[in-house]
Amino acid sequence: MSGPAKEILLEVKNLRMHFPIPAGVLRRRPTAWVKAVDDVSFLIRKGETLGLVGESGCGKTTIGRCVLRIYAPTSGEIFFQQKEIGRLPESEIRPLRRQMQLIFQDPFSSLDPRQTAGSIVAEPLKIHSPATSFERRERVEELFRLVGLEPSMMRRYPHEFSGGQRQRIGIARALAMNPAFIICDEPVSALDVSIQAQITNLLEDLKNRLGLTYLFISHDLSVVRHISDQVAVMYLGRIVELTSWRELYENPLHPYTQALLSAVPIPDPFVEEERARIFLEGDVPSPVNPPAGCNFHPRCPRAIAGCQELSPALVETGHEHRVACIRVGE
Amino acid sequence: MHLLEVKNLRTRFRTDAGTVHAVDGISYFIDEGEIIGLVGESGCGKSVSQLSVLQLIPVPPGEIAGGQAVFEGRDLLRFEAKGPEMREVRGGKISIIFQEPMTSLNPVLAVSRQLTEAMELHLKLDRKSSRARALDLLRMVGIPDAEKRFRNFPHQFSGGMRQRIMIAMALSCRPKIVVADEPTTALDVTTQAKVLEVMNDLVRRFRTSLVLVTHNLGVVARYAQRIYVMYAGRIVESGTSKDIFGNPKHPYTIGLLRSVPRLDETRKERLVPIPGSLPDLANMPGTCAFLPRCTRAGEDCRREPWGELRRVEGEHYTSCRMEMG
Repeated sequence: MSGPAKEILLEVKNLRMHFPIPAGVLRRRPTAWVKAVDDVSFLIRKGETLGLVGESGCGKTTIGRCVLRIYAPTSGEIFFQQKEIGRLPESEIRPLRRQMQLIFQDPFSSLDPRQTAGSIVAEPLKIHSPATSFERRERVEELFRLVGLEPSMMRRYPHEFSGGQRQRIGIARALAMNPAFIICDEPVSALDVSIQAQITNLLEDLKNRLGLTYLFISHDLSVVRHISDQVAVMYLGRIVELTSWRELYENPLHPYTQALLSAVPIPDPFVEEERARIFLEGDVPSPVNPPAGCNFHPRCPRAIAGCQELSPALVETGHEHRVACIRVGE
Repeated sequence: MHLLEVKNLRTRFRTDAGTVHAVDGISYFIDEGEIIGLVGESGCGKSVSQLSVLQLIPVPPGEIAGGQAVFEGRDLLRFEAKGPEMREVRGGKISIIFQEPMTSLNPVLAVSRQLTEAMELHLKLDRKSSRARALDLLRMVGIPDAEKRFRNFPHQFSGGMRQRIMIAMALSCRPKIVVADEPTTALDVTTQAKVLEVMNDLVRRFRTSLVLVTHNLGVVARYAQRIYVMYAGRIVESGTSKDIFGNPKHPYTIGLLRSVPRLDETRKERLVPIPGSLPDLANMPGTCAFLPRCTRAGEDCRREPWGELRRVEGEHYTSCRMEMG
């Protein structure tokens, strides 16, 4: 990174989110735990985008939900604007939610079909602000323009919009209270290919214009590369690699990151002819009983005996590049 | 003669909003041992065209309004949808793999039974030999401990394993053609890579032909020899994989290729999207369906009806008249 370090907006330290698996007749007794997020630490500076990538079930969405305090984390600390929010009671969380918003993946299920687009976008204003209905209307019009929708569309219902337009409505709703921080959870994955670029550009424009900070959750490594300043790669509840986008894509160090990158198809037969793939053995194991030691070792092409023994910490290797692998830098 | 040649296929659906011409006169072919890609976004007609060839369209509201699908010298569309000839082809000589393996496998039948059922029907095998073949197939698609897992139920497998079972099922009756409709869209990227590789190896080994139906340009770039690009019910460009990716001619193909960020290119400041949104198929203007989103449309495009495919060179065709000069 160059220039003076910017202010830290969000810092997560040793976050754990373990969900109980209930058993017994009354289903009160947890017999096992799903370690959805296990000892995760990262920080996001103001105005930057952290891309969080990984395959389904790796815990990336759970991290987002812990940060928004939709879940109460099992342990660890979450500092938002220098304030610890991991253990705040619900009453103190509510006002913070104006500052933190969420953009969902599926624009078809995240909008109430019985409300007009205008009323969906106005909803946060009704809850959080004392504005009059006239002021609210003005603000909704402004938000519509901001996300590239005609204000005259306010009276329409979600089904009258295309997928891309619905995602714009979802974005307008997230922006209603002037948040500082937005979690984008797979915001373009459900959209058609020709629409994805429109929404990606919109998110970038809004970030620059409004000085937003993003946690960008996605399984699409190409989109994450395009939009992120820093990137964290997750596997089975843990961050295995964390660095700047350039370092990650030009110099991936963790064997999992390397396999992931090699598996992404490139739309060019000339390039594909020359490309080698790293195929991983087996499937992602269950987070209920993750493998001992490094939880990637059963599938890792570079695993050695020591990998089964201890879970590697995320350590700095230089160039602000952190990796959780004992084989790196041997 | 081609193994399958589809000519001027038209499929429409009657809806409350009007008649939707889901497939609006498409022609394509596939030869033995070939992998072709059918690429397009939602509603372009790529899946409906494949379901039409197998007469799997619900009638009504759907209707195959015209065209031919000549397979081994016979027009499949002339067969009764539920008649014996169609049944012999469907699942036997032409099989289909769907996107979501969990909804296409029967949750209350063990995979062993689901595999042997079609073989007993189409290959007239007895219980014992169909079981032996089913087990072989599971090993071939890379299910670990196939003997042990043979009697398991679909929910006991992961998504990637389920899709491999679907591949085993699709190949079980030694089909001539396998249609794979978004076979890896529901899978994670590392699993996707493996499933595609398994499929590619198997079709090569058995000289099966494969129709890869997908919205993912990357997937077809690696595996397909020829590609058909569809938009709003029609094929707008076709050619070899190298024609389509190396020298695209239709503004839609060019737009699609430009709009996706690529891992192997320098990072751009901004992506270059295709403006506008997908057309409403119940309200088609008669002119080129891509016109409202096209940045290089000319006077002719606004005046003339949607163009037919015309040859660029060799096997490369496009419907765009602007490219023809």
